[in-house]
Parts: sequence; structure tokens; C-alpha cells
Amino acid sequence: MNYILGWSIAFLIGASALNVAMANGEGRDQALTRFVVPMLFGASLLVLWEGITRGLNVPGVILPAPSAIWETFQANLGTLREDFVQTFIKGALSGYVIGAVAAFAVALLVDASDFLRRGLLPVGNFMAALPIVGIAPILVMWFGFDWQSKAAVVVVMVFFPILVNTVEGLRATDRMQRDLMRTYAASYWQTLLKLRLPAAMPFIFNGLKISTTLALIGAIVAEFFGSPIRGMGFRISTEVGRLALDMVWAEILVAAIAGSAFYGFVAFVESLVTFWHPSQRRK
Amino acid sequence: MADVALANHARGGAVGAGLRRMSAALVPVVVVVAAIIALWYVACVPMNIKEALTQAERAGAVIDPPSAIERRDASAIGLVFRNSDHIGATFGQERPRLPAPHQVGQELWNSTGDMVLRGRAFSKRSLIYHAWVTLSATVLGFAIGTVAGVALAVGIVHSRVMNMAVMPWAIASQTIPILAIAPMIIVVLNSIGITGLIPKALISAYLSFFPVTVGMVKGLRSPDAMQLDLLRTYSASQSETFWKLRLPSSMPYFFTSMKIGMAAALVGAIVGEMPTGAVAGLGARLLAGSYYGQTIQIWAALFAAAILAAVLVGIIGAIQGVTLKRMGMAR
Amino acid sequence: MGTMETGMQTDSLEAGTEAAAASPVVIEARKLDLTFQTNDGPVQALRDVNLTINKGDFVSFIGPSGCGKTTFLRVVAALEHPTGGAITVNGMTPDEARRERAYGYVFQAAGLYPWRTIARNIKLPLEIMGFSKAEQDEHVDRVLKLVDLEGFGGKFPWQLSGGMQQRASIARALAFDADILLMDEPFGALDEIVRDHLNEQLLELWDRTGKTIGFVTHSIPEAVYLSTRIVVMSPRPGRITDVIESTLPRERPLDIRDTPEFLAIAHRVREGLRAGHAYDD
Ligand SMILES: Nc1ncnc2c1ncn2[C@@H]1O[C@H](COP(=O)(O)OP(=O)(O)OP(=O)(O)O)[C@@H](O)[C@H]1O
Ligand SMILES: [Mg+2]
Repeated sequence: MNYILGWSIAFLIGASALNVAMANGEGRDQALTRFVVPMLFGASLLVLWEGITRGLNVPGVILPAPSAIWETFQANLGTLREDFVQTFIKGALSGYVIGAVAAFAVALLVDASDFLRRGLLPVGNFMAALPIVGIAPILVMWFGFDWQSKAAVVVVMVFFPILVNTVEGLRATDRMQRDLMRTYAASYWQTLLKLRLPAAMPFIFNGLKISTTLALIGAIVAEFFGSPIRGMGFRISTEVGRLALDMVWAEILVAAIAGSAFYGFVAFVESLVTFWHPSQRRK
Repeated sequence: MADVALANHARGGAVGAGLRRMSAALVPVVVVVAAIIALWYVACVPMNIKEALTQAERAGAVIDPPSAIERRDASAIGLVFRNSDHIGATFGQERPRLPAPHQVGQELWNSTGDMVLRGRAFSKRSLIYHAWVTLSATVLGFAIGTVAGVALAVGIVHSRVMNMAVMPWAIASQTIPILAIAPMIIVVLNSIGITGLIPKALISAYLSFFPVTVGMVKGLRSPDAMQLDLLRTYSASQSETFWKLRLPSSMPYFFTSMKIGMAAALVGAIVGEMPTGAVAGLGARLLAGSYYGQTIQIWAALFAAAILAAVLVGIIGAIQGVTLKRMGMAR
Repeated sequence: MGTMETGMQTDSLEAGTEAAAASPVVIEARKLDLTFQTNDGPVQALRDVNLTINKGDFVSFIGPSGCGKTTFLRVVAALEHPTGGAITVNGMTPDEARRERAYGYVFQAAGLYPWRTIARNIKLPLEIMGFSKAEQDEHVDRVLKLVDLEGFGGKFPWQLSGGMQQRASIARALAFDADILLMDEPFGALDEIVRDHLNEQLLELWDRTGKTIGFVTHSIPEAVYLSTRIVVMSPRPGRITDVIESTLPRERPLDIRDTPEFLAIAHRVREGLRAGHAYDD
């Protein structure tokens, strides 16, 4: 019976050996190798997972096999899509946009006053380190079960990292660059638009990238405190209760894809906007 | 004599300057916090006015407008202006929509300091007890996650295969809402008989693991080519390079990623306490509060979590300060 | 020693004003003082600085590090405000002159914005000052040609060498045709050959346009080669110890640097610098 497990372990060993050969071989700096090595590693972990669950007959209520998860994923595309729209598009995305715009506006205000900046920045830094998801029950109480309360949680979660990073970025110009604008007798807005905002972009995008994951976490966790009968967090908590773990894993797969696609999109926009920054320049 | 006096004077001047600098940093923060508390009080009025009016009506007061249905559709601000003599009641309700700061403070005191005074610090109704439950899972998980993260980072820095195969996944995993698997881990581990501290600690460990790995890899790679070349001219071994150069220069990164990891571990422990109807821990308090509409309890638990986070991150910060100063790396 | 120097300073100042009495005064500093309040007490960066610069002058400032050259230029540009004395630029206060966009300033480092191409960097002041699109393009083409960077307008600063970046920053200062050019060690970071080349070009530009130039340098040959007047400064507190009128003709090929006349002036500058150091001890 355990030949399945045996084969999967053999695959892992073979793949690892191949990886070692590739990583130390001639073409190790090629883009293809850089892509194949981690993919092969990931694939061998999946195979091992499959081998363990099938070879050892692990019950599906403890750990379903990848193949079973994939089947569930395909069979429930409709439900998954509905949950995705509810949680990601309505909850996470709208909250992210509102939170980012609000944080940006407040950052401009804070930046204009030295006193405000010195007062709000420590508070913002403190808030950014707190377990903010905890406000989810309160916001669900205030804004109801539907996506509005999830968006509200997301707004609060993404607000502080973006605020702190933007304020910091707006101060990232050096004295010479500001003096240059002064010799042109440039106005506050001209200096802001032509110098300080472009210079702040790498910082702003740092905050935006950190916040992509936070947004998804906020939207999912907030659903644990009550939601209509759809949504990724709702599905996860109810299916866990019914021990339908393949569905939970399918939902997690959606979350993983959505999370990395969201991050990837923001990172892509960043590479367009801050192409000039040393970290983005093509070598 | 004169010299001593002069030196003293100089020191006094330095202390004075230090105090001035500190108050210059503190005053804005205090003002901002005071403004937030003031805003909070102001917000309490419209948030709680409807409930306050309903209660006042039950007690026999005359309300404008008199019908509850009309009031439900009226704007809260309008109601405040038309019934301004009931504003005081918005700060003292039992289950307010938004509890006033002093109510939260009172509840925090009642469930901590007061309990201690009565010798019941670890009773089930004490926040100290719940914070302790969360704290132990957090710290245990954080320790596991940090050790594992550092170990993986050392492997990644020293092995080209691991770097190529594992590093992309470690980075990608940071873009994934890992927290979503928390309920599943709890339930699955419960079903095979593992309950209590361990499942929560595992979630915390998992959440702090990746930030520590990524931060440490960055830190261990932070020595520049010149510094590495210098050790190469001494023909130092890999382990010598590690102990004498890589590890010391990774320290600032290490502490920074530990702070992130600790914050993540705390979130993990709290969320780990939510889905299973756990009875102990700050997360359980949050959940119980939201079931029974005990808003003051929710806010108190929230502040307890915030204080816990601040203390834990603060401790790491203090260790960081001392260590980096000893190593001559403090700025 | 001190008195002798003061005497020398007044003499040459007087001489300077007489010699150029024909052209109008552009920058005039009288008893200028500037003290920075720092955490370790006050630092007197400028003391009792008297200087008159006429239209069309090419004035170099030379002196040991920390003697206040940059500070003086910044005062002229209204980036710093004097704590005593008076200064006028084109008969106005420096702040008014700044708002009239009276000068272009070249900083020690190129300071180009990495998110803008070279052409758009040069357009930056033009955009701020409200030039039309057509004018902007025309000015950019003209100054790019002036600094030998034709064809590089579409490149980003980080794709260019240090010398090219510095030339681009000069082009940026020239773009809006200010009558006064203030340059703070613009060629400090460049190699000798490039430096010679840019010196030649700068002289040619000055000759052709009749701009008034204030130029900070650490190099005696550079100062002597470029200037009509050389201001020697000394530190702690920063003050002018000598003002030397150049007797060289306006037309200056590079090999003028080997003539006895040139060497004599260079010698006098060196003596002035030494005297400043001696005073310090
Ligand atoms: N913003 C400032 N705050 C305090 N002190 C300053 C400031 N700027 C300059 N100083 C001080 O003023 C003095 C003159 O500085 P300045 O930059 O004008 O010297 P410099 O002649 O340009 O020197 P260098 O040749 O090194 O560029 C120095 O002692 C310097 O420390
Ligand atoms: Mg200088």
C-alpha cells in the first residue's frame, strides 16, 4: 500500500537532486533556472503531500489530498466566485481604496504642520503595530453583517501603514532638492507635485504593498464575527465546523491566488511609477 | 573648585537640554492623544443618543419626537440638538454602541487592578487571566517561529539551492492571508486530541516564521562586498565569516523582524481563540463580548490586546537598544 | 598682521569698484554677518563681509573648507538670511530677487530628479515659471546644445556619467536665462580633462551672454583662469581677506595658464590663502 508514499518520497529526493545540480550548474543565473528550481521544489512538496495523505490513508477531515482539494475547487467554482466577489471585491478592495485615499489625504494634512506630524507619527506607528483585526466585532456591530462592515475593518487596517509611509516619504527629499525649488520661487503645490510626491512614491508603494495582505486578512477575519451566508471567511468558518476541509482548502487556495495577484498588481504599478528608483532599475 | 562648578553647570545644561528635547517630542504626542480622546467623547453623543433617549422615555421623560419609530429614522445629530439635556446619559450606558473612554478605563481597572486587590487576579473574570492565556500562546509561538525562521535564513544564506528553491516561496507567502487557516488548524488539532495552548502557539509560530526568515536573510546578506572580501583575504572559513561578520551585521534586521514577528504572533493567538468558542484568552473575550453585546467588555479586551502588543514590542525594542549599544551599532 | 590684511582688503575693494565703475552694480553686500545657532553654540559663518559685484563680472570665491563660501552664495540666493548687515541683488532684497527669478543656481552635486529625463529636468524651472510648451522645447534644445548634450534629452540622469549629469544641471540653471549665475563648486567632482573643457565652455558662454557669475572653487588655477575678480576668504569666522583683480584679457585660451602673468596672479592667490591660514594660528 505504501508504494504511493515511497514514490512520492523518491520524487522529492529526485527533484531535490535535480535542483542541487541546477543550482550549482552552469546555467544557474538564467531566468529559466530561477523559475524552474522553486517550481520543482513546490511541486515535489505537493507530491509528498499527496503521497502522505494517500499512502497513509490520512482521513479527509484531518488533511485532504491536493487532488481532492483541486476537485472540490473545480466542482464549486460558482460558490467560490460568489465568495470571492463578496469578500475580495466588495469588502477588501473597496476598503483598501477608501483607506488608501483617506490615509493619503491625512498624510498631506499632517505633513503641512510640523506639530501634527510630530504628534501623529508616533501614534500612527504605534497603531500600525497593534492587533487591529480585534475591532472587527465592534465594526460589525456598527455597520451590519454585510460587506460594509468588512470594508470598514479594512479601512482601519490599511490606514496606518499607508499614513506612516506616506508621511515619511513626503519628507524624503534632501535639502539640495528643496533649495533648488526655492531658487525657482516655486509654490507649495509646485514643490509638492514636482518634487515631493514623486520622491515619496517608493515609500507610498511600500505602504500600499504591505496593506494588500492586511486588506484580505481584515476582510476574511471580520466575517468570523458575522456575515451574510457568503464570503470567504464565512465559508471557512462554517465548513471548518462541518469538517469539510477540502472546501476550506479550496477557499484558502482562492485567498492565496487573490492575495498574490493583488500584491503582484500593486508591485507592477509600482514598477511603472518608480522605474527610476535604484531598486527598480533594470541592470 | 571652579572647575567642578563649571562641570556641574555644563551637566545641568545638558540635562536641561535633554529634558527640553524630550518635552519637545512629548508635547505634540500628548496633544494629539488628548485630541483623540476629546473626539472620542464627542463621538459618543450621536452614537449613543438613540438608546439614551429610549431609556429616558421608559423612565418617563418627554422626548422630541415622542415616537420611537420617528426617532429611528431621524438623524442622530438632529436628535442631540433637540434633546440636549439627555447628552449626559450617552456617557453612562450599560451597553453603549460606543463606550466612553472612562467607561473602558473603569472596566479595565475592574477586571485587572481591582481583581488583584481582591486577590482574584487569575479568576476567569479577570483580564489578567485572559491576557496571560493569550500571552503564553503568543510567546511560545513566537519563540518557535523565530528559532525556525533564523534557522531557515541561515540555511538560505549558505545554500544556493535553498536560496533558489525556498526563498521565492518565503517571499510569496507574505502576500497570502495565512491567518485564514487559523480556524482549520485549531479544529483539526482539536479533533486529533491536541487542544489548549499548542494549536494557538502553532498559528503564532507560523505567522511569525516568515517575517523573521525574510528579515534575517536580508540581515545576513547585509555585509557589503568589501567587508566580505576583507575576511576572504584572511582566508576565514564560512563559519568564521558567519560569527564574526554576518551575524553581528544582521542584528538590526533581527530586532526589526522580531518586532514584526511578535505583532503577527499576537494577532495569530487572538484570532486562534476566536473560531472554536474558546473560553479563555483575549480573542475569546472579544467573541463573547460580541455575542452578548457587551461593548464595554469588547473595548476593554481590545485595549488589553493593545497594551500587550505595546509591552511585547517595547521589550524587544529595549533589548534592541541595549544590545545595539553594546555592539556599538546604535545610531 | 590683522591690520595689514584689513588694509589690503579695503584697497582692493576700492580698486574693484573703480575699475568697473562703468557697469551697474548687481550684488552689493555691506557689513554682512551671519551666525548659525547650533546645538554646540553659535557658529559665525560670515563676519563683516563687504563686496560689490558689477554686471558682467566673473567672481570666484576661494578659501579653505568651512570659510563660508557656500554660505555667502546661499545668502545671495536668499536660501540663508544674514543676521547682520545688508545685501541687495539688482537693487532688491535677495528674497525679492528670488521671486523675480533673478538667478540660476548650480549646486555642488548635480541633483537631477531621477524620475525625469534630462530634457524634462531642464524643463522643471520652465514649467514652474509658466513658460509655454513651445518655449520650453526651444529653451531645452538651446541649452542642451550649449553644454554639448544634444541627443541626450531623452535619457534618464542615472544613465549618464557624472560629468554629463553636472553639465545637465548647468543647462538647467541656464534654461530660464537669468542674468546672474551662482555656481557652488560645480566641477568639483570631475576629472581634470572634463573640467578644462567645461571651464572653456563656461568662459565662452559668459563672454557671449554677459551674465554675472559667482563661482565657488577650491582650485587656484580654475579661479584664476575663469575670473575677472578672485575673492579670497578665510575661516573662523568666515571673512574676506583679499580681493584680487585679474589682469588677464577676456579672451583666454587654455594655455594662458602657462604665462607668467597667470602664474603671478595664482601666486598672489596662494599667498592670500596662506595668510588666512596664518591668521588662524
Ligand atoms: N545650516 C547650517 N547650520 C549650522 N552651521 C552651518 C550651516 N551651514 C554652514 N554652517 C557652518 O558655517 C561655516 C561655513 O560653512 P560653508 O558651507 O559656507 O563653508 P564652505 O566655505 O562652503 O566650505 P566647503 O569648502 O567645505 O564647501 C562652517 O563652519 C559650517 O559648519
Ligand atoms: Mg561649500
